Amino acid sequence: MISSSFIFTLRSGRSILLGKAFVRTYASAPSPHALVYLEHRGGQLDSGSLSALTAATQLGGPVTGLVVGSQEEVPKVVEKAKLLKGLTTLLHSSSPSYAQLLPEIISPLFRKLLTSSPYTHVVSAHSSSAKSLLPRVAAQLDVPALSDVTSVEHDGSTNTTTFTRPIYAGNAVATVRAPSSLSLKFFTVRATAFDAAPEDSSASVEMKAVDPVDTSSPTEHVSTSLTKSSRPELSTAPRVVSGGRALKNAETFEKTIYPLADLLGAAVGASRAAVDAGYCDNSLQVGQTGKVVAPELYMAIGISGAIQHLAGMKDSKLIVAVNKASAAYISAMVMPLKLGPLQDGDAPIFQVADVGLVADLYETVPQIIEKMSQ
Amino acid sequence: MRPSAVRLLNILVPIKRTIDYAVKIRVNPNQTGVDTNVKHSMNPFDEIAVEEAIRLREKLKDEIKSIKVVTIGPPKAADTLRTALAMGADSGIHIEVPESAPAPEPLGVAKALKAIIEREEEKGGVDLVIMGKQAIDDDAGQTGQMLAGVMGWAQATFASKLVVDTGKKEASVTREIDGGLEEVRCKLPVVVTTDLRLNEPRYASLPNIMKAKKKPIEKISASDLGIDLTPIFETIQVTEPPKRTGGQKVGSVDELVAKLKEAGITAVKS
Repeated sequence: MISSSFIFTLRSGRSILLGKAFVRTYASAPSPHALVYLEHRGGQLDSGSLSALTAATQLGGPVTGLVVGSQEEVPKVVEKAKLLKGLTTLLHSSSPSYAQLLPEIISPLFRKLLTSSPYTHVVSAHSSSAKSLLPRVAAQLDVPALSDVTSVEHDGSTNTTTFTRPIYAGNAVATVRAPSSLSLKFFTVRATAFDAAPEDSSASVEMKAVDPVDTSSPTEHVSTSLTKSSRPELSTAPRVVSGGRALKNAETFEKTIYPLADLLGAAVGASRAAVDAGYCDNSLQVGQTGKVVAPELYMAIGISGAIQHLAGMKDSKLIVAVNKASAAYISAMVMPLKLGPLQDGDAPIFQVADVGLVADLYETVPQIIEKMSQ
Repeated sequence: MRPSAVRLLNILVPIKRTIDYAVKIRVNPNQTGVDTNVKHSMNPFDEIAVEEAIRLREKLKDEIKSIKVVTIGPPKAADTLRTALAMGADSGIHIEVPESAPAPEPLGVAKALKAIIEREEEKGGVDLVIMGKQAIDDDAGQTGQMLAGVMGWAQATFASKLVVDTGKKEASVTREIDGGLEEVRCKLPVVVTTDLRLNEPRYASLPNIMKAKKKPIEKISASDLGIDLTPIFETIQVTEPPKRTGGQKVGSVDELVAKLKEAGITAVKS
């Protein structure tokens, strides 16, 4: 039961207490119960899933976590997951066939868990794996899904959930309401919009093993090749140094961007132009079609700032841009004939940069490194 | 003599008309959506899907029996179909919705595509659906997975390489995943969604644009298909994102480094 007081202030400045109003909650009112898909790799929980857990706790009801994987991995992950603050129950399901999380193979497990279940919401990170899986499951249960939400609020009295999410590459924000008639609300969470759920050693989480669901899959896994890096993971790094088209080639990209990133303990990112030109790996791309980051520091080196790139980084706390060439790059590379001639320093990156320096990056970056290390 | 055992493939490419990717969009004054009185074009990921279908035919020749493009949209979406026909698709299907109708959700689109695929059964069926991984307007990125889900088909999302073996009725797909690449092998029929790096779409030549005008476009309504495209989620408001107070320039590296230090950014490596 929630009680609240209403205080009215009179024109005289005196306040009067009108009395207590009581808002009753009935036991029969459907309370939200979220199922959070906890993803993992190499025995570690993905940080995006920790943000998804935070989003799930904001619904205000119990939160059940789900860990799926091989028999070797799941026990390790479960040990870590049971310490997470906010989880009430932890489900885990392991099977040799879950070693590779193909949507065709694990969607039957999700369907089993979600059919006539207590769950009202299904939550995950907006990761490539969950993006492939959740819409498939949602459609099979004949419910819609929301992608990449940045806020979530559940109204228990109307049993509706209201979300915000970026649309048009982050150039508009839509507020969307799931009606009470929608029994299952699927959504993926933009990790940078929610803090990671912390550990709580006093947490008491109820654990339950779930039998895997055998299925014949039309798809088989052939191979996975991951980009090895000793640097922090791009999507969660507190600092990111990104390079663009102006780095000219893979060698100068490496020689210029990596030392600065290492000095700052930062992850390396890139614009689409740099990735397409082969300066670095695809997985480093920041933008609408790559990773969305929101670090404390984002340094954009030789990036002009096309809309699609800004979509991936403009929520960073401090944006620093070093660029000499201007939107000439954009007009040449990205939007032929769509922009008129612009002056140097007019690159759109400078419209979002907190600190911008119009200068040649080959001279500037070594100087920054030298002066930062002093 | 051609071996007759090889089953000929029918490809379906769903495409969407969106605001052009280079347009700086504006939220309308009523905050109900964005100003759509601007240049539109085919969703960039869908152009890649059309291109991939055409390249498959160039590679597999007669083994590709048909390439059909389908769109759900207002009357003007027919232009987008014509563009795909000019690139090399054979025919189009236009599920026409009124200009004022709210944008359908991926679930509705997936069900409409399912209805289309079922209608195609008598014409030889659909073996391969190639579509964009996301539309650049709603940025949902769900339709392909939902279609594979409702059909019970294999799916290969975020494809950066596609190899189809018509004899084995299989597709090998390299997918872009977080942290790297993954290769999967899918039995046909399959839904493939395209990532940017799958290919570089061609421009339609003038003769092909002229030819495209003669290619057939079938027009049907959602109700003909028995599909309800009404969104389930209610869009309450569309707003501008918070503005950054950026735009400050410094004159030298010293000033830049001073600003960094001021913000508490220091070197972690000595």
